[in-house]
Amino acid sequence: MLRRRVIPCLDVADGRVVKGTNFVDLVDAGDPPELAERYAAEGADELVFLDITAAPERRGTLLDIVERTARRAFVPLTVGGGVRSVTDMRDVLRAGADKVSLNTAAVADPLLIARCAGRFGRQAVVVAIDARATVPGAWEVVVKGGRESTGLDAVAWAERAVDIGAGELLVTSIDRDGTGAGFDLELLRAITSRVGVPVIASGGAAGPADFVAAVRDGGADAVLAASIFHRGIHSIPAIKAAMAAAGLPVRLVPVPAA
Amino acid sequence: MTTRPRIAVVDYGAGNLVSIDQALRAVGAEVTVAHDGEGLRGVDGVIVPGVGAAAPAMSRLARHDLTDPLRAWIAADRPFLGICLGLQLLFDGSDEDGATTLGVVAGRTVRLVDAPTLPHIGWNQVERTRPHPLFEGIAPDADFYFVHSYAGAVDPAADEIVLATTDHGATFTSAVARGALAGVQFHPERSGDDGLRLLANFVDLVRAA
Repeated sequence: MLRRRVIPCLDVADGRVVKGTNFVDLVDAGDPPELAERYAAEGADELVFLDITAAPERRGTLLDIVERTARRAFVPLTVGGGVRSVTDMRDVLRAGADKVSLNTAAVADPLLIARCAGRFGRQAVVVAIDARATVPGAWEVVVKGGRESTGLDAVAWAERAVDIGAGELLVTSIDRDGTGAGFDLELLRAITSRVGVPVIASGGAAGPADFVAAVRDGGADAVLAASIFHRGIHSIPAIKAAMAAAGLPVRLVPVPAA
Repeated sequence: MTTRPRIAVVDYGAGNLVSIDQALRAVGAEVTVAHDGEGLRGVDGVIVPGVGAAAPAMSRLARHDLTDPLRAWIAADRPFLGICLGLQLLFDGSDEDGATTLGVVAGRTVRLVDAPTLPHIGWNQVERTRPHPLFEGIAPDADFYFVHSYAGAVDPAADEIVLATTDHGATFTSAVARGALAGVQFHPERSGDDGLRLLANFVDLVRAA
């Protein structure tokens, strides 16, 4: 039976993890490959790098860290942030990533999804949707980290993105992101009930119960979180143990020696 | 006998080779990338990786003069591992785009039936139907990473080649083996320690061949 995935997300700028971590035993907790390897050893089912490097001319550092990560963490790697063309995607995949996540660029040019899927297969194309509640039961797509409204209905956009070629959706509730108020289960349900591709839930995780709810009540295939892992509030094995205890299928790995 | 067997990873433009290359090095193989039939000369084992559809893959194999050398390699029962699309290409043909494929394993590549989600993305259990050195030292309930919508359906008359099955709504063949030929639908190079162990086992088989 297909396992529900737990995915830590690393925000990366200029080749460094932006939000620091509390792992005192790492030589350099700001180095994405080192942190990636640590999470993989702990049982991360995949890894996501979200590149928030401001200056395009410094994007080379991202490719370098993707390559160094591919050498030491043998789990799937998705790279998001700044992928605006098939060429950008090719560069990221060549460096060793398995998938890219398209967000703002896909909203501006939906056929980018089709071009990327046509060249590399839909399984390599994740469309990230940042959604903000408007009225009860409705959400709009926001871009540029939530700073800009688009007027697009999030559920309609999710369906369209899948029609065009998205192999997976990464759905983030901007209302919940960083609040620890739990995932927006209604948003997740609205999307997972309408699309056949796997949906990754994001935005609002505070504890193990949120991960369980995102899967059981939200219909998510995978759950992504950042700060609760980076700050050491909850470990990946603890989250997975709670999911398993709730009867969800998860991949349990032997806990690495301390 | 070489202590670091030379394994050719076939590059026909179907996906990144970084992870398989790094994983093979991590388990002690010497890796060369074969861009054409010449690239199979002097190597001890061959891996065909890849994701995507069969028709463009078959035309790229033909364009790179790899079709006949690969068929000859397999016919000579030399060590071979197909991964994902590299497994699907072994069958007679693919329903995904109607392509005729290598035809060294009886059966067709078909869309996964009754799948709750497609693509089938993530870690899933690989249940072995018989013991095989490829899975030596790997727990019977180990999970491996999948990413695909189609899988090879072995001709029932030749199903002794099936090595493992996996369930995603319905059961499909997730590994095959016959002589020195093996194929897996999942990605060992992305399946953590168990995946590395499987690749190490393949390298051992190459070394022993």
